[in-house]
Amino acid sequence: MSVKTSDKRRAAIRWHLPALPSDHLENVSAWGMAQEAVSYVYRPSTTEGVRSILQLARERGLTIGLRGAGRSYGDASLNAENICLDLTRMSRILDWNPDQGVIKLEPGVTIGQLWRYVLEDGWWPYVVSGTMYPTIGGAASMNIHGKNNFQVGTIGDHIREFEILLPNGKIKRCNRVENSDLFYAAIGGFGMLGCFLSITLELKRVHSGMLKVIPISVSSLHDMIQVFEARMQDADYLVGWVDCFASGSSIGRGLIHQANYLQPGEDPAPTQTLRVENQELPETFLFGLAPKSMMWLLMKPFVNPMGMRIVNFAKYHMSSLHSGKMHYQTHAEFAFLLDYVPNWKWAYKPGGLIQYQSFIPASSAEEVFKEQINLCRKRGETPLLGVFKRHKPDPFWMTHAVEGYSLAMDFRVTSSNRERIWKLAAELDRIVVEAGGRFYFAKDSTLSPKSLENFYHEERVQRFLSLKKDVDPFCLFQTNLFRRAFQPLL
Amino acid sequence: MESIWKNILIVGASSGIGEALARQLANDDTRIALVSRRESELKRVAGELKGKAYVYPHDVTAYEEIPGLFQKIVRDLGGLDMVIYTAGVMPPIGENEYNFDKDLTIVEVNLLGAIAWLNEAAIRFGVAGAGSIVGVTSVAGDRGRRGQPVYCASKAAFNTYLEALRNRLAVKGVSVVTVKPGPVATPMTRGLDNLPMVISAEQAASGIINAVRRKKREVYVPGKWRPIMFILRHIPSILFQKMKI
Repeated sequence: MSVKTSDKRRAAIRWHLPALPSDHLENVSAWGMAQEAVSYVYRPSTTEGVRSILQLARERGLTIGLRGAGRSYGDASLNAENICLDLTRMSRILDWNPDQGVIKLEPGVTIGQLWRYVLEDGWWPYVVSGTMYPTIGGAASMNIHGKNNFQVGTIGDHIREFEILLPNGKIKRCNRVENSDLFYAAIGGFGMLGCFLSITLELKRVHSGMLKVIPISVSSLHDMIQVFEARMQDADYLVGWVDCFASGSSIGRGLIHQANYLQPGEDPAPTQTLRVENQELPETFLFGLAPKSMMWLLMKPFVNPMGMRIVNFAKYHMSSLHSGKMHYQTHAEFAFLLDYVPNWKWAYKPGGLIQYQSFIPASSAEEVFKEQINLCRKRGETPLLGVFKRHKPDPFWMTHAVEGYSLAMDFRVTSSNRERIWKLAAELDRIVVEAGGRFYFAKDSTLSPKSLENFYHEERVQRFLSLKKDVDPFCLFQTNLFRRAFQPLL
Repeated sequence: MESIWKNILIVGASSGIGEALARQLANDDTRIALVSRRESELKRVAGELKGKAYVYPHDVTAYEEIPGLFQKIVRDLGGLDMVIYTAGVMPPIGENEYNFDKDLTIVEVNLLGAIAWLNEAAIRFGVAGAGSIVGVTSVAGDRGRRGQPVYCASKAAFNTYLEALRNRLAVKGVSVVTVKPGPVATPMTRGLDNLPMVISAEQAASGIINAVRRKKREVYVPGKWRPIMFILRHIPSILFQKMKI
C-alpha cells in the first residue's frame, strides 16, 4: 500500500492478514469453459518451489488445488479464491531407459512430450487420452484410460512407482510394495492426497509407427455392443462414435474404429514410420490452403442441435461407404482425434460445453445407454456427440472403470439451457446409480453428493477418505470438485 | 427480492443505506459480507438477514488491512459478484469552521477508504472479467456548497474515481455504478433540518438495486434529482455563490 495509515488510525487495525500478491490472481477455466474460478496461481519449477507454496498455504490458512494442463472438462483443477498450483513448468524427463522402455518424468510432462521423446526408440505409452495435451501428473491423478482400456487397463496399471509430496512437506516413494496404500489411492485420487513429484512409467514396445485401422459401421447400439464383444479379444483398440440424434430401432447407431499394432516384420520401414515428423498431425486443411487454427470457426455454425443432427447423419451414412476397409494410420493420428482441430472447444463459446460420461456394467449397458439417450432427447438436450468405449476394472481405490461400457456425451452449455442441463445430469445420475454404474472425475461438472452416496459408502472409497484424513488432516489439498461432490458427505 | 448476485460485499453495512441494501439483496441463496466499524450492529443486521451473512468489524481508514481482509472475505464467500461501498461521514461543520481533523476524517472515510476497497474489487473483477462495483456518493458531489466544502469535495472526487474505474473496467465486462442519492433519512443525517425531498434508506436501497440491475452507469436516487442537479450544475458560479444552498 502506498497510502499510509495515519497514526491515530493505526490503532484501528483489527485484522492482521497479509495479502497474497495480486499479480498471481488469474481467472482459471475448466477445459470445457462452462466453469471457471479466480485463483492465486503459482507455477513452481522445482520441488523446493512446490514445498514453499505448501508452506505459504499452511501459514495463511489457504487451500491448494493442483492443476496440470487443465484438461479436465469440469472443475477438477479449479480452486476458487485459493491457491492453484500449476505444475506445467515441472516438465523434465528425469530418466529414460530405451532398452526396457521405462521412463521417469516430472508431473508436468505432457503426453505429447512423452510420445515424441520415446517413439523413435520403438516405444509408445500404454495409455493415452484422446488429446496429447494432458500432463502425466494430471493423467495419473485422474487415472485416465484410453481406447484400449479393455486390454491394458488404466494409466495406473503402467505406473511402476511415483514420488509424492504430502501436505506435511514429506516426500514418499510409492509403488505396489512400498507405501502401497498411497500408491493405489493417489492414482485416481484427483490430487487430494499430495503432489506427484515424479512418475515412473512402463511403456509398450511397438514395431511400427503405424496402426492397422478398420472402421465398422453399426446400425444400432445393440449392434455396437455385439461388435465390441466379438472383437475385443483381438483388437488392441476399440472406440465407437454414437449418433445420439438417431432414434427408434436406430438408436445408438454409429461407427466403430478398431486398431491393431503391427507385428515385427509387418512394417517394411519401421525406422521411418517411427520418426516423430512422420507422426505429426497435419497443420492445414482445405488442401493446404488454410491453417487448422481457423478450423473451429467453420465448426461454429454447426454446433447446435440442427447443425449437429446434419453432421451426425452425414457422418453415419458416409461411414457405411468405407465400413470394413482396413487402412493404416499413425499412432498420433489414431490416438489424438481431439487434436485434429486445434481449440475446437471455441466453437462452443461463449457458454462452453460439458461432457457427461458414465460407466455401466456390460449386462445392462445397452438398456441404460438407450434410456439415457432417450431421456436427453425427451428433455430437449440431445447430446451433440457420443463416444462409446469398453472398460475393465482396475485396483485403484477411486477408480471409475467397471467391467462394462462407457458412453460420453457432449452437451453445449448456454445461459438459457445451463440449469436444464444440470437437472438432466442429475436425472442421468439416478439411472447410473440404479444400474450400479460409476462416474469419472476428469469429465465431471455436475455430480452432487446425493449421486455419489452409494460410491461414497464403498469400502475402498471410505479407505481413501480415511487416508486423506491421515495425510491431510487440515484438508490442504482441495478443489471445487472436492468441495462440491465430497465435502458435504464428510 | 430475488437477487441475481450470490456473493455480495457491503462496506458500511451496519446502518442506513448499507443495512437496507443488505436486507433487500439477501435471499436464501445469497452470501453477504457485512463490513463496518460497529461489530454489535453488524451482528444485529446479520442475524436478521436471509441466506448467509458474515460479519467483519473494520474501520475503513485502516487501509493497510484492506487487501488481506478483502481476500479473506472473498474466500469466505467463495467468490464475489458485487461490491458496494456506502461508508460515509458528514460531521456538522460550522459556517466559518475550518477543522482539519474533521476534514481529514471525511476524506479518509468517504474517499480514501473507498479507493482502498474498490481498488481491490477492481483488480479482482478485472481478472474475473465480471462483477459489479457500486459506489454510493451523493448529489453533494455535483457542486461545491458552502455548508460542506470537504464533504462535497470528497464526493466529487469519489464520483470522478468511479467514472475512471468504469472507463478502465468496461472493456473487461465489469460494471461500475455511481449512485448519487439526495438526502436520505439515516443516522448520518439525523438532526439535520430543512433537508429537501428526504427519502427513507429502504427507498434509496430499492432505487440503487434497480439501477444496478438495469446496468445504469450513473444514477440519481430518487430519479427526480437528475433534472434538479442538471440545472444546478449549469448555474454559473457567480450566481451559485449567491445562492444559500
